[in-house]
Amino acid sequence: MMRRLAWLIGAAMLMASAAPVAALDAAVVDRLVFGDGDEKSRAIDALVAEGDPRAERLLQALADENVQTAGQRVLIVNGDAAIDAVTGAAVAPLPADRDDVVVNNRLRRELSAALAAFKLTAPSRDVRLSAARQLADSADAAMLPLIKRALGSEQDVAVRSSLESIAATLELHADDRNVRLAAIRRLGQSSSGNAKTLLLGLLERTPAGTYVETDEEVRSAAQSGLRAVDNRLAWGERVGLLFAGVSLGSILLLAALGLAITYGLMGVINMAHGELIMVGAYATYVVQSFFRSHLPQWFDFYLLLGMPAAFVAAALVGMALERAVIRFLYGRPLETLLATWGISLVLIQAVRSIFGAQNVQVENPAFMSGGIELLANVVLPWNRIVIIFFAAAVLIAMGLLLSRTRLGLFVRGVTQNRAMAACVGVPTRRVDTWAFGLGSGIAGLAGCALSQIGNVGPDLGQSYIVDSFMVVVLGGVGQLAGTVYAAIGLGFANKLLESWSGAVLAKIAVLIFIIVFIQKRPQGLFALKGRAVDA
Amino acid sequence: MARLYGPRGWAAIGLSAAVLFVLFPLANLALPEGNPLHLSAYWVTLAGKIMCYAIVAVAMDLIWGYAGILSLGHGLFFALGGYAMGMHLMREIGREGQYRSDLPDFMVFLDWKTFPWHWWGTEHFWWSALLVVLVPGLLALVFGYFAFRSRIRGVYFSIITQALTFAAMLLFFRNETGFGGNNGFTDFKRILGFTVYTPQTRMALFAITGAMLIGTLLLGRYLVTSRFGRVLEAVRDAEQRIMFCGYNTLYYKLFVWTLSAVICGIAGALYVPQVGIINPSEMSPANSIEIAIWVAVGGRGTLTGAILGAALVNGAKSFFTQAFPEYWLYVLGLLFILVTLFLPHGVMGLLATAGRRKAAS
Repeated sequence: MMRRLAWLIGAAMLMASAAPVAALDAAVVDRLVFGDGDEKSRAIDALVAEGDPRAERLLQALADENVQTAGQRVLIVNGDAAIDAVTGAAVAPLPADRDDVVVNNRLRRELSAALAAFKLTAPSRDVRLSAARQLADSADAAMLPLIKRALGSEQDVAVRSSLESIAATLELHADDRNVRLAAIRRLGQSSSGNAKTLLLGLLERTPAGTYVETDEEVRSAAQSGLRAVDNRLAWGERVGLLFAGVSLGSILLLAALGLAITYGLMGVINMAHGELIMVGAYATYVVQSFFRSHLPQWFDFYLLLGMPAAFVAAALVGMALERAVIRFLYGRPLETLLATWGISLVLIQAVRSIFGAQNVQVENPAFMSGGIELLANVVLPWNRIVIIFFAAAVLIAMGLLLSRTRLGLFVRGVTQNRAMAACVGVPTRRVDTWAFGLGSGIAGLAGCALSQIGNVGPDLGQSYIVDSFMVVVLGGVGQLAGTVYAAIGLGFANKLLESWSGAVLAKIAVLIFIIVFIQKRPQGLFALKGRAVDA
Repeated sequence: MARLYGPRGWAAIGLSAAVLFVLFPLANLALPEGNPLHLSAYWVTLAGKIMCYAIVAVAMDLIWGYAGILSLGHGLFFALGGYAMGMHLMREIGREGQYRSDLPDFMVFLDWKTFPWHWWGTEHFWWSALLVVLVPGLLALVFGYFAFRSRIRGVYFSIITQALTFAAMLLFFRNETGFGGNNGFTDFKRILGFTVYTPQTRMALFAITGAMLIGTLLLGRYLVTSRFGRVLEAVRDAEQRIMFCGYNTLYYKLFVWTLSAVICGIAGALYVPQVGIINPSEMSPANSIEIAIWVAVGGRGTLTGAILGAALVNGAKSFFTQAFPEYWLYVLGLLFILVTLFLPHGVMGLLATAGRRKAAS
């Protein structure tokens, strides 16, 4: 091992001191072709260390069994043409008396690894990546200079991380302790899980109980490096958790906002709310399909039409429901619950008959694909970021509508005291219809958002209905603030518990919490003050 | 006893008893299979299943029709009773399961070595029977006490009962909970020493269910025709007023709520050996909401209406899911909408109006 390294360093120094050569070193080629197994290995190492593309050509030809000898000359034969392996010049005519060069399995393995090392500088990123992956299994110390050279010029993140990992693995097992220490220090600054694994490897024990790594200082350096990497990974997880909580909260907010408006207004818990979300999602799907088949060059902008389409579709369905069924059940909230449940069944089955029972495919437009990579283990997807901003925008729009417009004024009035509002001239029936349409439209927008991050199927609404109810029950009705706080709070609570105990237990815990909370404060977090008269 | 029903009521009950305890057994056991009047095991099981549902409907009518409490999670108590009985039935399989072990198959599959703590004692029938009554009862007692004490009413109450059954369903779907995960309990062999799937055992279970149904009906009728029932109806119609009259509505509501849960649990325990399987989808919110529609279709506030509604809706469900499966959800959904819009008093209300019109003319 040491001798090889010394040989390599010697060869490299020789190369560095010599003038740029016009040909490969004939002695090396000679040893490659005519030497015994060990000499062949050393020759391959020397060629790899140089990194000369002509050496790559020779090694490739050797692997392809295109190298033949004619006396002392080494030829690369390609059909009828041949070139001299050392100078690269063409040899014509083709010598008749040629011998094949035998390539055994050991040589083949070493050739394969050497060729992969050469591919590290190929122009194509995919070639480089696959070469790096291949080397991860079969690299040895001889390739380290080449790998380092490749790292120096490598820009692509994935290839870099693979190469760094290989270099680190090689260096961690180097004989020279300073090389090991330097490698540990470098690893300690990374934040990938791979670094952690490598550092842990240094702290392993043999079956006998002693450490694999005998040097005390190296071990302690590895431990502190490990602590640093763990710290960084933990921060990454915290950021990821924070983002996930905000993302889930924004989705819950969108889903529950419409429900809060209709419940606050009419005392109607609309069990078909989930299906209105589904209608919005399917409307987005229809628009997307239309764009894909008729306007493919504008496909990235389909959401500009999809959002209003989802809003209008869901609002129309909601207003139709209100006019046809719900207004006749005014004052009978429990019956409304049952009737809207029936409506939800009809809607689900109708969508199933029209679009089929399978999930349908809704693709993100290009600007929403991918994500921001903060750290090695934290990726913030663009579609979720966009939805967070979208939910904020919808919230602001809703707030403005409720506080600055006439309709908003009427809605607030009817929510606070229906009878009195009617007495002062508010057309309560029409306000009911418009407010129901508004709430349903927001549900449609929620469906549009959900279509970007999840599956769209007839059962989409069912998975969000219980969560929407919980947000409304927790937040109280009459004010948007309650819905916002409840949605964000539930999103965080869910994600936090999820990281401890898994998704199902987290959901159960949140449900139990809400049930208990409601016992203590039945009107929710933010309730309307004033007399609530019940018969 | 006389005030429970008039002579016509008792005649109807006697007729039903005759059908259940004489006609069905004869048609199933005594007549040979080729006979056109023979009732196959399928019909017996179906009728038994519908009777279990009818018991649940009566329990639901007690709390909704008479006390005004709409629970959208009553399926939970039904399923809990079913699981309690199911645990005993799983024990009775003994070593005849797939893996030939003392433990049920799903536990062997999960690589468990002993029964979890909540299975203790279930090899004895009397303990399982006690669990059938205690588990739904205690859960209802605790939940109801805290809910009614905080004066949670109306829609909020319905929503949190739905959340409760949803949370329980999620819990039971997990394998770690020790109730068979999403497969539940099935493949029963014996109950109390009798093989489960022989015609005689089936008929015996059928008869017990029928007796339970009639018993529940009579018990419910006794309750609602007493002073207790009057207070209950007052709670439904004007709770604040009855509170100001000095009645502590908490106890009345809690009593009927717990009683209803226990009845549902017993119905679940009778359901499981007849149908042969129990799994967490019995706890799904959709099932519980369907219970409400049985009562609504039949007629709230009349116990026989609940039985009628359960029979009608489940009969229609059996028919449609076999003949026109893709239309069943439409029918069910329209049933919900039309009954709440046009038939607030259900079928019994229709019959009563028809009777009144005939009397007036």
